[in-house]
Amino acid sequence: MTKKWTNTYLIPYVLWIGLFVVAPLAMVLYYSFFDIQGHFSFENYLRFFTPIYLKMAISSIGYAFFITFFTLLVAYPTAYLLTRMKNRRLWLMLIILPTWINILLKAYAFIGLLGTYGPVDTLLAMSGAGRRQILFTGSSFVFVSVYLFIPFMILPIYNSLEKLNSSFVEAAYDLGASAWATFRRVIFPLTLEGVKSGCQAVFIPALSLFMLTRLIAGNRVITLGTAIEEHFLVTQDWGMGSTIAVFLILAMVVVMALMGKGWLKRW
Amino acid sequence: MTKKTIIQFDHVAKRFDGEIILKDISFAIERGKFYTLLGPSGCGKTTILRLIAGFLEPSEGTITFDGRMVNKIPPNKRQVNTVFQDYALFPHLNVFENVAFGLRINKLTNKEIEPRVKQALHFVNLDGYQNREIAELSGGQKQRVAIARAIVNQPQVLLLDEPLSALDLKLRTAMQVELRQLQRRLGITFIFVTHDQEEALAMSDEIFVLNQGKIEQSGSPRSIYDEPINRFVADFIGESNIIPGTMLKDRVVSFAGKTFDCVDQGFDEREAVEIVIRPEDLEIKPHGEGLLQVRIESQLFRGVHYEMIGKDEDGNSWMIHSTKSARIGEEIGLFFEPEAIHVMRHGETEEAFDRRLESYEGAGHD
Repeated sequence: MTKKWTNTYLIPYVLWIGLFVVAPLAMVLYYSFFDIQGHFSFENYLRFFTPIYLKMAISSIGYAFFITFFTLLVAYPTAYLLTRMKNRRLWLMLIILPTWINILLKAYAFIGLLGTYGPVDTLLAMSGAGRRQILFTGSSFVFVSVYLFIPFMILPIYNSLEKLNSSFVEAAYDLGASAWATFRRVIFPLTLEGVKSGCQAVFIPALSLFMLTRLIAGNRVITLGTAIEEHFLVTQDWGMGSTIAVFLILAMVVVMALMGKGWLKRW
Repeated sequence: MTKKTIIQFDHVAKRFDGEIILKDISFAIERGKFYTLLGPSGCGKTTILRLIAGFLEPSEGTITFDGRMVNKIPPNKRQVNTVFQDYALFPHLNVFENVAFGLRINKLTNKEIEPRVKQALHFVNLDGYQNREIAELSGGQKQRVAIARAIVNQPQVLLLDEPLSALDLKLRTAMQVELRQLQRRLGITFIFVTHDQEEALAMSDEIFVLNQGKIEQSGSPRSIYDEPINRFVADFIGESNIIPGTMLKDRVVSFAGKTFDCVDQGFDEREAVEIVIRPEDLEIKPHGEGLLQVRIESQLFRGVHYEMIGKDEDGNSWMIHSTKSARIGEEIGLFFEPEAIHVMRHGETEEAFDRRLESYEGAGHD
């Protein structure tokens, strides 16, 4: 009786997973085996290993790596400072607040800020550095992405720092460790789980960015995400787009296996 | 200050946000002894420990370590190590690396580290445990690793913050013996914080009894137990019968409506005092015999002895520890030696108390 009921409760979940996770994945996999004329072939997979796509893959991973790295660089000290603040809840709230705003809105805001004759451009001109192209460069893409991802990195790190027992820090001091040695040998290793889940939360979405790439980087940055978009919407080569998506999914699984001690192992 | 002194507190006070935690504390700690800071929670004993470790700075007064003022020296620059109440063993390191932590910080080579870690583990009876993970250890083993991690650095003083409170009774008793032996073998100063008076009595060379940020009394376990200075100490250390009385003259005291011989002197004539008699010093006699008559009101079997509460004709309650039992409602006699009576003067300071005792006990008293 009870078992039957439990199974009934599962129906919405199974339906959801089936329709919106398993079916699309299966379709992506299915389409990846058809060339542009609609014939079954492995050609797409062979094409992926040509220099043009490999370069794209490397550039995607490279950008995702830089974005994750700089996000971590900003987020860790911020999270650490947060744990020592008096009004942590308020500060944390302020950090989370921007995530409630639509990503497109934020992207357009940055176009305004970084564009020609925008405030940043004007400021540079006034300071004597001269006008230069800021928007539609790789670095502005990384900058804006880092800005968008910072809250997702801060939260897990903040949580793990909060959980860190302060007596570990005291014990390290007591045993003669300097502030830096305490951080390197005790605080950082004990918050590594938070760092890992933060990196995961940033690296994986960063790998498949395409809208932001288009808006901020223009045509300067071509990643797997923008390539998929191109194949589906412009060249109509759904097969190749699906193939790239398959590789992207594989890359994500690899990242999760490397980073996450968490859910993958539990399965 | 003598050469034997390693730590000295001079009029040290500590306040947090205007709240007084320690008020004007002065004492000296000698090398190579086992000290216990004993008191109820909130008495300031842990604050003293943290002041010695360097986690806190005194609001007033000076702390000297080995003849040097250390008020502002941070914990990582002090020759003191702490065994924390929750052990604070690093969960990401195994037993060996936990113990080696301080040595690695001091940039010792692996060659130097290994024998010292092994020796420290040997000292705490954990030979062969170096590759264990912290999570695999029992409470008692964690305790030993925490001690090994502290003593491997050869501190001059080891601070122990209620380290046995998380262990069960049997293990706690065993660890008390072990800690005492360890202190003797290492020959360094141990400062042990506890609220457990039995622990303090069993282990210490010297006990500081603390209450509300003040040292009430300091001395050997024996002297504190036998000659408590006031009601608080008498009550906190062991069980006590504390009865109001009057000192008639030297060595004669009256309480419970009768007059008794005692061994205390140096009081004013007819001074109001409090007398202390330990429950185990009361002997049960048949009704009509002994010095006092009481009616038994309750009785508990405690294993080693019976604990009885009796009331005398004056309405005073008497706790009696005896291997003999009595019936509830029974009238019995109580006998005690003059030495069992300890007389306490109201509001006497520790200095005055010591002076008075020395005036009549002479060289025999320690």
